[in-house]
Amino acid sequence: MVEPLLELRHLKKNFGALVVTDDVSLAVEPGELHAIIGPNGAGKTTLIHQISGFLSSASGEVLLGGQDITRLSMHERVRRGLARSFQITSILPGFSALENVALAVQARSGSSFRFFGDASRERGLNELAMDCLEQVGLGDRAFATAGFLSHGEKRQLELAIALATRPRLLLLDEPLAGTGHDDSQRVVETLRALKSRITIVLIEHDMDAVFSLADRVSVLVYGRVIATDTPVAIRANAEVRTAYLGEEV
Amino acid sequence: MTELAQTRSAPALPFGRRFELVPVILFAVFAAGPILASASGAEGYVLSLLTRVMILGLAAMSLDLILGYGALVSFGHAAFLGIGAYAVGILASHGSEDALVQIPVALAASAGFGLVTGAISLRTKGVYFIMITLAFGQMLFFLATSLAAYGGDDGMTLPERSRVAGTALIESDVAFYWASFFCLLVTYALARAVVASRFGRVLRGTRENSVRMEAIGFQPFRYQLAAYVLSGMMAGLAGCLLANQTEFVSPAYMTWQRSGELIFMVVLGGLGTLHGAIIGAAAFLLLEEFLPEILHTLGFMLQEDMRARLVENWKMIFGPLLILIVLFARGGIMGLWRRGHHG
Repeated sequence: MVEPLLELRHLKKNFGALVVTDDVSLAVEPGELHAIIGPNGAGKTTLIHQISGFLSSASGEVLLGGQDITRLSMHERVRRGLARSFQITSILPGFSALENVALAVQARSGSSFRFFGDASRERGLNELAMDCLEQVGLGDRAFATAGFLSHGEKRQLELAIALATRPRLLLLDEPLAGTGHDDSQRVVETLRALKSRITIVLIEHDMDAVFSLADRVSVLVYGRVIATDTPVAIRANAEVRTAYLGEEV
Repeated sequence: MTELAQTRSAPALPFGRRFELVPVILFAVFAAGPILASASGAEGYVLSLLTRVMILGLAAMSLDLILGYGALVSFGHAAFLGIGAYAVGILASHGSEDALVQIPVALAASAGFGLVTGAISLRTKGVYFIMITLAFGQMLFFLATSLAAYGGDDGMTLPERSRVAGTALIESDVAFYWASFFCLLVTYALARAVVASRFGRVLRGTRENSVRMEAIGFQPFRYQLAAYVLSGMMAGLAGCLLANQTEFVSPAYMTWQRSGELIFMVVLGGLGTLHGAIIGAAAFLLLEEFLPEILHTLGFMLQEDMRARLVENWKMIFGPLLILIVLFARGGIMGLWRRGHHG
């Protein structure tokens, strides 16, 4: 077996008496798109928060490329190649789409303790940023103010921002949440194009998207992983059916 | 905080700088100050008023750097004015009267104070940040009142204006006016550069959404702290000038009311524009100066007795007037200007 890019070992998290992440162990292999599904309140977003460092873990370990990153803060994890998007769109609304992405490029290229020189005119940053915007199909909206983009475009922008950090692993928290049919089609196509190049952990409620994109699926119920397998096997898994999928599949 | 974050500067146009008329006019007016003053017939008075406008404009602009661009509501900014002023006063009383010594010391002291208090204050957010900066400001205020050797409560008078490389270069009011003008212009240009730089962009990004900034790999604290220190140093420079203008140093420079006035100037002029803060300071100080006379003129139909009372209690008009401006002129004076220009 290949060494996993991301490995969770006995990860736990509780809010007071409420156990949200209950002894989760998971291995994400390099190059795969690993979807995590589960009913509402299963603790999917909390798990993403723990992996990204937004929340600390009560116990257990998070390993990225074999290195223990459990104690690192969010920005340190980003610098090690772990990028994420948020369930609730998180962008810089007053900046142009291009500057949103250019800032992410800036974060990994050279010092930001530069007090002179107009950052918005730095060719190197803008070109890489433009490249990321084009990858998600947002090139023609580069100069629009991010706050005025449509909801679907904002989701695409978040993807572009995450890409600009040049991640080894991309954590996506419901990238399709709240998008209309056309928008979600576009995001799915973008993800399909990306999955060959970047390892992705995807949380998503849209089962059509999950089963068409994922290489492997883990099912999270009440903070526990009850199954990890290929999409086909997950569909057939009786335990998963009773716990979650119900009549949906 | 959200209120502040919503007042954004206009979105940047694709590559390239916009030519801005307002700062050009502003500095042209300041440059014409000495001519205006001698034409007015009350040269000394007008010159000293305009000098004060520039100095407090510099202080307000320094606050705008963290308030307007970083959404950090510092309620203790007058402390830096005090540090600058006391650096001049204390050094002068020990015989170091050269600005080339005093200003570097003032800047270093401001930076040191900013670094320590900023490192602590910036661990908090929102209302707690406001309160903790206020507390540090008050701490310094009480420290100054207890400095018996340097006048305590009463403050101290400077023997003369600072010398520059041993010469009495800024002894005359006109020369001092130009020195203040020069300081304001250079600091303004510096602040403009900083705001547009990589560093400034991180600061602005943090104002918009600090979680997002962390999620792309920045640690907002470091940038906020650097901005806080830089802003404090600029205010410290204003403090040096203030002490020299009045040739007097006292704890009154760093009361919390003064910190509040600085915030008011920034909001009045328009957050996050830099020159807006200078205009806000000008509007505030000129209104404060001339409101009694304006009231006197407007009160012509009142009885002599009422009129006198109205003029005497001009602050009862001043306060509500400021509130009305802030309420109805969203984005301050610069906001009005922008609306006038873009429909």
